[in-house]
Amino acid sequence: MEKRVTFKGWILPLCLLLPQVVVTAAFFFYPAGQAIWQSMFIPDPFGLKTQFVGLGNFEYLFGDRYYRAAFGTTAVFSGLVTLVSMTVALYLALLADRLIKGSGVYRTLLIWPYAVAPAVAGVLWLFMFNTRVGVVSWYLGVLGYDWNHVLNQTEAMGLVVAASSWGRISYNFLFFLAGLQAIPRSVIEAAAIDGAHFWTRFRTIVFPLLSPTTFFLLVVNVVYAFFETFGVIHTITSGGPQQATTILVYKVFADGFVGQDLGSSAAQSVVLLALVGILTVIQFRFIERRVHY
Amino acid sequence: MPGMVEKRGIGHWMTHLGLILGVLVIFFPIWLAFVASTVTQPEIVHPPMPLWPGDQFYNNYRQALLSGVNAPVAKMLLNSLIMALGIAGGKILISLLSAFAIVYFRFPGRRLFFWLIFLTLMLPVEVRIVPTYQVIAGFGMLNSYSGLIFPLIASATATFLFRQFFMTVPDELVEAARVDGAGPMRFFWDILLPMSRTNIAAIFVILFIYGWNQYLWPLLITTDPSMNTIVMGIKQMFPSGDDIAEWPVIMAASILAMLPPIFVVISMQRLFIRGLVDSEK
Repeated sequence: MEKRVTFKGWILPLCLLLPQVVVTAAFFFYPAGQAIWQSMFIPDPFGLKTQFVGLGNFEYLFGDRYYRAAFGTTAVFSGLVTLVSMTVALYLALLADRLIKGSGVYRTLLIWPYAVAPAVAGVLWLFMFNTRVGVVSWYLGVLGYDWNHVLNQTEAMGLVVAASSWGRISYNFLFFLAGLQAIPRSVIEAAAIDGAHFWTRFRTIVFPLLSPTTFFLLVVNVVYAFFETFGVIHTITSGGPQQATTILVYKVFADGFVGQDLGSSAAQSVVLLALVGILTVIQFRFIERRVHY
Repeated sequence: MPGMVEKRGIGHWMTHLGLILGVLVIFFPIWLAFVASTVTQPEIVHPPMPLWPGDQFYNNYRQALLSGVNAPVAKMLLNSLIMALGIAGGKILISLLSAFAIVYFRFPGRRLFFWLIFLTLMLPVEVRIVPTYQVIAGFGMLNSYSGLIFPLIASATATFLFRQFFMTVPDELVEAARVDGAGPMRFFWDILLPMSRTNIAAIFVILFIYGWNQYLWPLLITTDPSMNTIVMGIKQMFPSGDDIAEWPVIMAASILAMLPPIFVVISMQRLFIRGLVDSEK
């Protein structure tokens, strides 16, 4: 895609580009290059000099039981967050789409959790399930269930999944509702005239026509669960208990800043970089297809 | 005649009921935080806490805003505001200029620049935290607003969106401007910018929320409590060890942390949705 008509000269455009180029070079390319560079060295214990180890950091990383565990944790966590937030959002969007009037009101009521920061969402959910003062954990206790996410790994995972999914429902709801409203009424009414009930119509018409939205949301939600949920994990569990909620991004932070293991942290950054690259390619390939749908 | 798919009678009410239930469940954590911010500490630490607001609203919010725990919440709100405005404004400014250059000029290295910028779309700040931290420390920008802002505007999302929009602006406008003897910057100010108003506003809404809600980056580079932003400052209000947290003050701070972005989303709903849809294209 190119403009037919343009302005002449090359000094002015380079000046216009300059601010972005300077900021991007200093705070993006240089650090990203550093991450790749550092991933091939290990500093000596006094931090005086570094030793080249090639791919040694990566070898060490993938030999590390805890790092492999963090991969598994990330997969479980992002899978659950994507599943929970998308299912709830789709359910609410289907309901809102059935209304002739008033879906706008519900949209207003449902979109604003998007504005709540993941870290703040973490604090709210921590408060509800706090082992000492939490309302929900107290009532669970009354029902005979002893809630303790500080010790119980499954409960810890459940809590960070719930807190991360909660804020995400709004976003998915918006896109699902827009997707549903774009499906021509006539198609659905034709099926209704043929005697197809709600569930049949959903399975055979609505869901297939909605699939571009669904695929798009799948990728976007996985990216969200990978990178934007750091605040939730840090406020609720700090990666525990026994690293049960340590996802990859949290581990980069924990090893790099708390553990001061720069070589390993840099290698982890490079691995994440590769993962983002793959997800981006999937997203773009898919968007190509969405256009032609 | 209404379509025959819409349910009448019981089905209709069940739909509303389902939606209202959904709204209530989603609303509950915030309601609880609000209630907690209006009661006394003893009412919370002896569970179950009440589910209806108490009479301590003024005291708790005053204490949070003026003294807080490590730093007054008012100061942290100001820090967040500066950071969010800096990120949104800064990113929009540099992106408008570079998108204009890439779309409306032919110059050597144009494709290279485009791809370099495009590459930054891929890498969130979370992935490069350690080296970026070293860069900021090297520049002496720890505990500063510029340190909070610059690393987060080094990405090309907005550039990309403005480029997409500029491509849809009719060529006739450039021709007309040239016939009238207007130079490129005149065209930029008098024609392109006014046309982009809605897009700029929509992107501003998204970027403001993005900036306000940052957590990891401020956590790393603001060690001085008076430079903390509100979103990361809340976690710092929890005591270490076995001390009991000051829940009413913490919850008042949480409510205050949510209000500005929620206000932006609700009051600019149209722009917000547009910005969201645009930024994901």
